[in-house]
Amino acid sequence: MTKLLKVVGLTREYPGVRANDDVSFSIGTGEVHALLGENGAGKSTLVKMIYGLEKPDAGFMKLRGGSYAPPNPQAARAAGVAMVFQHFSLFEALNVAENVALGMENPPKMRELAASIREVSENYGLPLDPDRIVGDLSAGERQRVEIIRCLLQDPKLLIMDEPTSVLTPQEVEILFKTLRKLQSEGTSILYISHKLEEIRALCDGATILRLGKVVGICDPKTTTAREMAEMMVGQTLHVPTREGGEAGEVLLDVQGLNFVPSNPFGTRLKDVSLRLRAGEVLGIGGVAGNGQDELLSVLSGEAKTGRGSVIFDGQDVSHMGPNARRRIGLLAAPEERLGHAAAPNMSLTENTALTATIRKKLSKNNFLNWKKTETFASEIIKDFDVRTPGPGSAARSLSGGNLQKFVIGREVLQAPKVFVVNQPTWGVDASAAAAIRQALLDLAAKGAGVIVISQDLDELMEISDHFAALNEGTLTAPRVAKGLTVDEIGLMMGGAHDMEVAG
Amino acid sequence: MDFGSINPVVLLASLMVASTPILLAALGEMVTEKSGVLNLGVEGMMIFGAVCGFIAAIETQSPTMGFVAAAAGGAALSMLFGLLTQIFLTTQVPAGLALTLLGTGLASLLGQNYQGMSPPRMPDMNIPVLENIPVIGPVIFQHDAIVYLSLIMVVVIWAFLKFTRAGLILRAVGENHTAAHALGYKVKAVRFAAIGFGGAMAGLGGAYISLVRVPQWTDGITAGIGWIALAIVVFASWRAGRVLIGAYLFGGITVLQLNLQAAGAKVPVELLSMSPFLATILVLVVISARRHGATSAPAMLGRIFHTS
Repeated sequence: MTKLLKVVGLTREYPGVRANDDVSFSIGTGEVHALLGENGAGKSTLVKMIYGLEKPDAGFMKLRGGSYAPPNPQAARAAGVAMVFQHFSLFEALNVAENVALGMENPPKMRELAASIREVSENYGLPLDPDRIVGDLSAGERQRVEIIRCLLQDPKLLIMDEPTSVLTPQEVEILFKTLRKLQSEGTSILYISHKLEEIRALCDGATILRLGKVVGICDPKTTTAREMAEMMVGQTLHVPTREGGEAGEVLLDVQGLNFVPSNPFGTRLKDVSLRLRAGEVLGIGGVAGNGQDELLSVLSGEAKTGRGSVIFDGQDVSHMGPNARRRIGLLAAPEERLGHAAAPNMSLTENTALTATIRKKLSKNNFLNWKKTETFASEIIKDFDVRTPGPGSAARSLSGGNLQKFVIGREVLQAPKVFVVNQPTWGVDASAAAAIRQALLDLAAKGAGVIVISQDLDELMEISDHFAALNEGTLTAPRVAKGLTVDEIGLMMGGAHDMEVAG
Repeated sequence: MDFGSINPVVLLASLMVASTPILLAALGEMVTEKSGVLNLGVEGMMIFGAVCGFIAAIETQSPTMGFVAAAAGGAALSMLFGLLTQIFLTTQVPAGLALTLLGTGLASLLGQNYQGMSPPRMPDMNIPVLENIPVIGPVIFQHDAIVYLSLIMVVVIWAFLKFTRAGLILRAVGENHTAAHALGYKVKAVRFAAIGFGGAMAGLGGAYISLVRVPQWTDGITAGIGWIALAIVVFASWRAGRVLIGAYLFGGITVLQLNLQAAGAKVPVELLSMSPFLATILVLVVISARRHGATSAPAMLGRIFHTS
């Protein structure tokens, strides 16, 4: 295989962090190369330099033997490098064709473009209607838009940043078929992921990054997932253990709940029913954007629903706001850490007061007791191993993983009767993720009910007693998690709408 | 009361004159907002344009030079807003309010020596043949060039946003600046251009008041027209055609109530003076009450873009 792209000694420094330190690797023509690493290992920075979004402080790149230093993404695209982003790169209010046109240098007339979108999408098995508004598309369909935008430019190197994190297992299969077809046509693919099984199934070579440095190069076809994971993490992995409690009385009962969100691009919840018992962990899977945020908001009290639709501990709470629900022990932690779960510019102490005032009795006659609040904040920091100078630090100064530990810890230490959490370990490194999962399991072992909404199926399978899936706003009936196969899960998650005939 | 004194042809013709400043300012602001920038300084840019245009027209004795100076003045003032919000990343709402205060003050200062003067008259540009059509001719085809320009701009802006690549990029920046940046578009440059265009259009609108509609210089000459232009952009759901309707609705009711006052209608004057604002608010509420009415706002409107 001839080398398509050679990266030599790339270094990029941000204030206080060396995101990439002397990184070198190369990709052959028609090779699928994996870039492996934890969050914060420097994968994104590296890719941004290849795509012209960032400039390296040191080092150089070569593309097909010639020197390659794209000053901007346009130059990268002109050189035949295309990128499918993990998120943030589509315009919801514009239609598919307009979104595609924005990613091209010299787009043809809209009508011709629409025709070529249809043609290419059929060719690669990713059907797509160019006239639809992107805001109405599912996560999988949105990714198709990005992929087709790249394919129309006939790229030599396709960069994919965690492409499967938003897909159902069936959609992953379709994507892999497309990628293999591209590979057979001579396109090289740089595949970024931390899902090891996928990399083993798809990639020819892998470069492993940790803390900005290359720590290993391997052939994923012959290396085991465990070996790769340990290279990635740099330590042996600790798997959470289940102490196992008997399921008790019903704590949360939701029957036939319908909810229309105020955001026009939100997902409408349709006839959602679930029952959560004391000591139970209910895992809710599903591709992002299928009603996860909405489900959390109706359980937390941010959104109110019709009378009798949410019963907590025998009491109708559907008309209560978040504070009233906190008072009686129904707590929640939303997905978005900065701006939803925590106020970015406020200190950890102040953020503690925001949700814990009622249950921890941090105020008297409406005056806050800052001393008590700070003590509780320090307790969270200590118990959950939050790495920060102290409770006076602003929430935004914490790294994603540390803030996540803080946000989860803040709710868990309030001893909830029911705890609802969305994406508890999103963007958190493996050891912190294990600690968070353990905390959730411990909470359940003490007799609380826990609902974990997540897109990480491995995580859900690891900690759930029961598993249900959200698909376009409907929730499947919960099933015992033990013994569910990937195919069954995929069907629950809504590969089903493509497979109704078969299933 | 004498309704006979109201000549419908003259009424309709003056409706177009009264609506033109609002239409110009609202169109400019719509383009600015489409790029995701909320500039509340329309009133300030209008009055600054009004005084610049007035001074230039008096000094050169050319109304055309007046309008050129007005557009340049409005754009220059808007660049200050651009500097604050795009380079120094200040919040857009207070920056826009400050711009209005600054523009009003500056205009008072500059206009001090020009009070009571009359500017050169803007010649009418009658459209041959069409001007002779009865009723329609005098109403639509016997105006000055700026009235036609404002109407042409409605079509130009609509087509620009809908059909051109530059228009698509502008909308993209207003919908999702992070994504636009990731695709390699220059978010700040696009926004500067949109802010400048909005400023120039507001300046033109202001000068139309001081050079044609009034035509004289007095302090506070724009009298809140800039705020109405802002409201009309929202009520028009960021669409050029609806901006036209909104501007003409407001202008129309203004002219009508003035005529009613003159004709001695037995309605309190205060109520009549209020009516254009009331009607505009009413329509605004009705339109936003419909689903998707208010949500067609550019998603990034008023948000600060940090390059990271």
